[in-house]
Formats: sequence, C-alpha cells, structure tokens
Amino acid sequence: MNDATGSVNAGIPLSAEEMSKIAPGLAHDIKIKSSDVEVHYGDKQALFDVNLDIPANQVIALIGPSGCGKSTYMRCLNRMNDTIDIARVTGTIEIDGVDIYQKKIDVVELRARVGMVFQKPNPFPKSIFENVAYGPKIHGLAASKSDMEEIVVESLTKAGLFDEVKDRLEAPGTGLSGGQQQRLCIARAIATKPEVILMDEPCSALDPIATAKIEELIDELKQNYTIVIVTHSMQQAARVSQMTAFFHLGYLVEVGETDQIFTNPQDKRTQDYITGRFG
Amino acid sequence: MTDVTTSAAVSARHDWASNAAKRRVKSRYAKDRRLQMYGIAAIGFAMILLGILITSLFYAGYVAFSTTKVELGVYLDSKQIDPKTPEKANYRKIVRNAFLGYFPNVKGRKEQRNLLKIISSGAPFILRDYVVDNPDQIGKLVKVQVPVSDPFDQLYKGVIPRQIDALSFDRIDTFEGLRQQGVLSAPDGRTVVKMTVFLDPERVSAGQFSAIANEAFKAFFPQARNTAFVEILGGDAAKRLQAFVEANPDMVGKTAEVSLPISTNYDNLFRTGEAKVRNPRFASDNVFVWFDALVTQDLVSTPFTWELFFNADSRFPELAGLAGAISGSALALLVCFLISFPVGIAGAIYLEEFAPKNRYTDIIEVNINNLAAVPSVVFGLLGLAVFLNVFGLPRSAPIVGGMVLSLMTLPTIIVATRAALKAVPPSIREAALGVGASKHQMVLHHVLPLALPGILTGTIIGLAQALGETAPLLLIGMNAFIPSVENIGIMQPATALPTQIFAWADSPERGFVSRTSAAILVLLGFLAIMNAIAIFLRQRFERKW
Ligand SMILES: Nc1ncnc2c1ncn2[C@@H]1O[C@H](COP(=O)(O)OP(=O)(O)OP(=O)(O)O)[C@@H](O)[C@H]1O
Ligand SMILES: [Mg+2]
Repeated sequence: MNDATGSVNAGIPLSAEEMSKIAPGLAHDIKIKSSDVEVHYGDKQALFDVNLDIPANQVIALIGPSGCGKSTYMRCLNRMNDTIDIARVTGTIEIDGVDIYQKKIDVVELRARVGMVFQKPNPFPKSIFENVAYGPKIHGLAASKSDMEEIVVESLTKAGLFDEVKDRLEAPGTGLSGGQQQRLCIARAIATKPEVILMDEPCSALDPIATAKIEELIDELKQNYTIVIVTHSMQQAARVSQMTAFFHLGYLVEVGETDQIFTNPQDKRTQDYITGRFG
Repeated sequence: MTDVTTSAAVSARHDWASNAAKRRVKSRYAKDRRLQMYGIAAIGFAMILLGILITSLFYAGYVAFSTTKVELGVYLDSKQIDPKTPEKANYRKIVRNAFLGYFPNVKGRKEQRNLLKIISSGAPFILRDYVVDNPDQIGKLVKVQVPVSDPFDQLYKGVIPRQIDALSFDRIDTFEGLRQQGVLSAPDGRTVVKMTVFLDPERVSAGQFSAIANEAFKAFFPQARNTAFVEILGGDAAKRLQAFVEANPDMVGKTAEVSLPISTNYDNLFRTGEAKVRNPRFASDNVFVWFDALVTQDLVSTPFTWELFFNADSRFPELAGLAGAISGSALALLVCFLISFPVGIAGAIYLEEFAPKNRYTDIIEVNINNLAAVPSVVFGLLGLAVFLNVFGLPRSAPIVGGMVLSLMTLPTIIVATRAALKAVPPSIREAALGVGASKHQMVLHHVLPLALPGILTGTIIGLAQALGETAPLLLIGMNAFIPSVENIGIMQPATALPTQIFAWADSPERGFVSRTSAAILVLLGFLAIMNAIAIFLRQRFERKW
C-alpha cells in the first residue's frame, strides 16, 4: 500500500541524524511520531496508513485538497476524534515516545498538553479574562489569583492581543473582531502551557492584516512550541512552516522541508497541487 | 462552459412584458394577498374569541373583587367580653343585638330572623378577629364593617333583581290563548273568566264545586297536552261557584253561564301586562324596606377588598376566598418544580450529551415524547394507584399533587432541555474539550449555562400547564374544603386553584358565579405572570455568539 501511495517517507521515519544529513537546519528531536494511522468514519475510511514524524519546536504545515483528511489527522493528535461517535482510529501515535492511544492516557491532560485552535474563532461567551483563565483554572495551574492574572496577561501578550484588550478584560470575548477572537483563542490554547499547538486553518476567516499578525505570532511561538497548522494557502505554508506534508484522498503523499516541497516536489500530485492544477 | 449552439427555444429570452407573464405576476400577487388574508383572518378570529372570553370573565368576575359591607356600631361591653380571653365571648349575640338595635321597631321572632339574614353568618367571626387584634378597644363603641349575606351582596351590586317573572313562557302562551277566546274581563278590579258550567246535581250535592269548575275550564283547552293551564283558575273560583248555586238553586241540573275569578299572577298579567313576584332568595318584602333604610343612612358600601386573595374557602360566597387554593397550588407547584426540574435536566443532559445513540435510547426518546401526550387524567389515576395506595402518602396533600403534576411536566422539561442543549453550537463544546475540559466540565461550565434560558422557559411553560391542571388533582382528592389557612403544609389536605374553580362553579349560591369568574381571572393572571417571566428570562439571558 505504501508503494501505491508513493509516500516518500512512508514506513521509513527519518531519524534525527538522517534528518540532519538531508536538512542540516532541521535537526530536531521528533516530538510526534505517527505510525500506520488509519481513521474510519463508520464504514468510510478517511485516512490510510499515515506515517508522519513531526519534529519539535518547528512549524509543520499540512496541505492538500479539501476533504483529503488534514483535519482528521490533526484531530487524532489530541484525540478530538474520540468525541465523534462513529470515528475509529487505528495505528499508533506517540508524543515524546508515549503512545497517546493507550488505555491509561488521560485525554483531559493530553488535550491540555496539545492545544488546539479551530478554523472558526470560538471564544466562550464569557469575558476575555475568563476565556484565557478557563484552561489553567480547571487544570489547577494557578495557585493564586495573582498567578492567574500573570498567566492571563502572559498568554494574551504572547498572542499579541494584550495591548488591544488590556483595559477591557471583563468585556465579553465574543464582542471582539474576528481576528482578535482568533488571537484570543490562541491565547486560550497557550494558557495551559501546551507542548504542541494544533491550528486548523486559523486564518481562513481573517483579513490580510490579521493574518499577518497571526503568522508573526506563529513564528514567535515556534521557539517554545511544536506547531501543526492546516492551511489552504500555499503562500502561508511557505511563509510560516519549516516542514510541509501533502495529503491527498486520505493518503500522506509527501512530506519534507518546506523549501523542497515547494521548489522540488518528488510526487507528481504534489506538484500538480502546489502549482494549482487541481484542488 | 455554456454551450453556444443550444436551440433557439432555450436560449430565447423570456418575454417579461407578454400578457401571459403579466397574468402570472398578477395571479401571484393575488395568491400572496389571499394567503395573507387567511392568516390575518385566523389570527383575528382567535383574538376575538380571546377578547370575548376575557371580557365576559371580567364582566362577571369584577364584582367579586369588592364586598358589600354594612357598618355595624358595636359597644364592646367588657361584661360580655372578658379582656383576658376575648376570643371566648358570645359574638353571635353581640352582633345580633347590635344589628337589631338599628331597627328597634322590628319585633317578633320571625321578623327578627328575617332581618338578621341581611348580614353574613360570618359577621360574628369578623368581629371576634377584630377584637382579638384590638383588645384595647374593649369597653368602647367601635364601628366594624361586616359583609352582608350573599343575596344582599348580589342585590346591591345589581346582579340579581328584587322581583322576578312569576310565570314561565309557556304559561304566558297558554294564557294568551285564553285571552284570544275573548272570555276574559276585569269588571271590578279582578279578572274573571266567563265560562259555561254544567251543574251536575250529584256533584253539587256532594259539594264538589272545584271539580265542576275545573272540568268546565278544561273545555277552553281542547288540545292542551300539558298542564300549563291548571293554575289559571283562582283558588276562590269554587267558592264563587258555590255562591252562585246557592243564589240560583233552580239552575242545578242545567247549564249556566258564570264568571269565575282567575289566580293572582294571571290577574296581574291580564290587567298590567306583567306578572312579578318577590325573588325567592329573599324571605319577605320587609327585608327590602330594612335594607333600603340601611342604604339611605349610608351604612352600606362596596369597598374594593383583597379578601378574595386572603380569605380561605367558605360555604358563604361573601366570605369565600382563594387563600387556600393559592397556597395549595403554590406548594404543589413547588414540589412539582423540585422533582421535575433536576430530574428533567439530568435526564435530558444524559440523553443529549452522554447516552450512546442506539436503539434503546431511541425507544426511550420516543416514549418520552409519547409521555407528553398522555391525557392528564391518566396521570391522576397513576398517582392514585401508586402514590396513595402503594406508598400510602396522605390523600389530598400537595406533595402527592406535586408528584402527579411532575409526571406531566417531566416530559415537557426534558424535551425543552434537549432542544436547548441541541441549540448550543458545537464549536463551544469543541472549544471546551480543546482546552482539556472533561465532558462533565464541558456540560456544566459551558453548555448548561448557555442552554439555561431555554431550559427555564420550557420549565416555566411546563409549570404553567401544571398550574391549570384539574383532572389529576381531583383524582387524588386535592379539592378538599379548606376553611382556614392555618394548617397549610405539603402533607396537609389542600385544594388548588383549578379544583377550587371547579368546586365553586358547582355551587348553587349566586355569589359563587362571580367568585368563579374572579378565580379564573386570578388563575389567568398567574399564568400570564409566569409566561411574562419566561419571556423576560429568554430575553435577558439570551446570548449571541
Ligand atoms: N464527523 C464526520 N463524520 C463522517 N465523515 C467525516 C467526518 N468528518 C470528516 N469526515 C470525512 O472525512 C474526510 C476527511 O475530512 P477532513 O475534515 O479531515 O478533510 P479536510 O482535509 O480537513 O478538508 P477541508 O480542507 O475541507 O477542511 C472527508 O471525506 C469527510 O467527508
Ligand atoms: Mg478541515
């Protein structure tokens, strides 16, 4: 099956040394290692045999035509697929060498460690402060009220929103503009101090200025976090990511250094897609 | 993409100005208008019916919000009322003497009894309560407003007349037939009927003059099937006939022309055109004189009172109030709320958020919806069989009423709660799960608060339905007669607003007619308040996202 898909790294995850040979700048530890991941929605198979290693402290962009399984794969990483009754995930996904699908893993803790930002901004209909404070509160990350304030301010600052909202933290989060809401959601995701941030088309509802701000933010965040981002914009993938994975019809077709994927794709389908021949 | 070589018929432009097109537009407008008209007509019809209902209730019921009272000047003699135990005195006697004091000329037991019927039988209790509340007044002359009895209350409010028609329509009709035969006349102030009598010697000698007269009178009504004519001939007709025979003994055995008197009501009808008698609710004609005397001395008034709300039930309509019913309904609703709100929400949350979607949950869902359609009387029977007979809970108690009502509100609350939960956007759930909230945190912290206005609206509507429910309460006996509100409790016998209405509507006293309407108005008022709260909650807590 691997041969049929023509996946470049299928079944042969690159070790750190190998990686450093191919791409010296990308010599990083593997943060997330997925092997033979398959997802079924009822009878329908949405992902076929995905083997993908995601290096730490980098941005990896998932690209591919609509319906190819990008979101499905991403939702495997924090087990959000568990919330869909008919979804069934097989294969193994390891984060820092620990299989996150084993029985004794606590999903709640996992989701705190693997934060997620959704395509459509979805702040809670509560105040800006409460939006950010909610995660730390339920996980007991703040010992005192001042701790909590510190966490909120820090998260909002990192998300590049603090200056805009610092004097209306009690105002409802739903009253912000779309771009501000999305940055609020990012602040909410990083408030639980996750190791990985998943972003599913975070800029699809935003104007170019807001998009630029978020891209800038992603660039800064990658110092401390491993970031997985789904995007339909080739330019955005090229701008923000160090690695790019191309999905097609449920298969991971090709993965590699972003520059290489965009300048010298190995697979015909990748080439067709990034040059806009289909999709 | 479009094919340039499509046939002319397809590519030809539609002619919007053609007659056919214009006709189509016109008929479309006409249809729009017609549909709108149907809608307006339907709403108008409903509004008119509602208007008629409310107006007629108000018209009939507003008098119950005031009570006709007579001012009683009473000397609270400390010889009769012991200041240490003021509640023990014989207030019946005190009230009696005070009221009879207004009419020193009325003597004789029977007359005095009629006179005392003007004031309510509850007057002694009102005086007692007044004295118990104001013991410092003992030894002084006080003025106390006591209610008049129901007939005078209704009379003063103009609901019932002093006199009513004495004769029914078919009697008047029968008499009209007689009048048209031209046999009636009133030569000396008394109407007589001229008739032909056969003076049968046997009957005359036996003294059966009444039988002779009646026999002859029957001849005027050859087709009469009913007995509407039997009372027309006066009671003294036989005597007149006897006098005639005694004056003309030679006529015995022959046929004679005689004029015999007719009875009072028909006499009045013939001479004055109408026949009235005293309303039988009043004991004698004198009571009007006495009552008018009280009115002219400005002792009678109809103040607006809250007694309808604060009095308990009574056999005497002028004293009956809704306090027992309101408190009973409130307690039953409280029990109903305490049971159905948490259980309904818990059930709905489980079904909506946690239960797997399979055949069993489908069956449960269908059954809950069916439960909402079960006639309430069935729940009453269930309550009777289970809560009373199996669990042995007390009859007539609000706790049982509330439990039965909660069976009815549960499905409403579950259905409303599930709808409200469904309306919370999935993005909020994802957001909560995404930051690592567990499922119960997601539900309790985010979904439930957002669904709460919808849940509360559904709950209030369910409770409003329960408030108006009569049949199940009747079955478990929650229509007890509650003459005092001192022993109110969820385990005590009680009544409720709808069952009180039912009981009053069934009572013969005229005063209960307006009480019934007023009680319905109170019930509708409570329903309106509850619905207003529901609307307020919906608008107040509705959130936009
Ligand atoms: N909840 C679901 N139930 C059933 N099928 C689903 C569900 N979610 C996704 N799918 C199916 O799985 C396949 C992959 O969907 P997925 O959402 O991962 O695509 P995607 O790559 O994210 O597309 P897009 O770019 O449009 O977001 C699609 O064919 C979709 O129809
Ligand atoms: Mg997607």
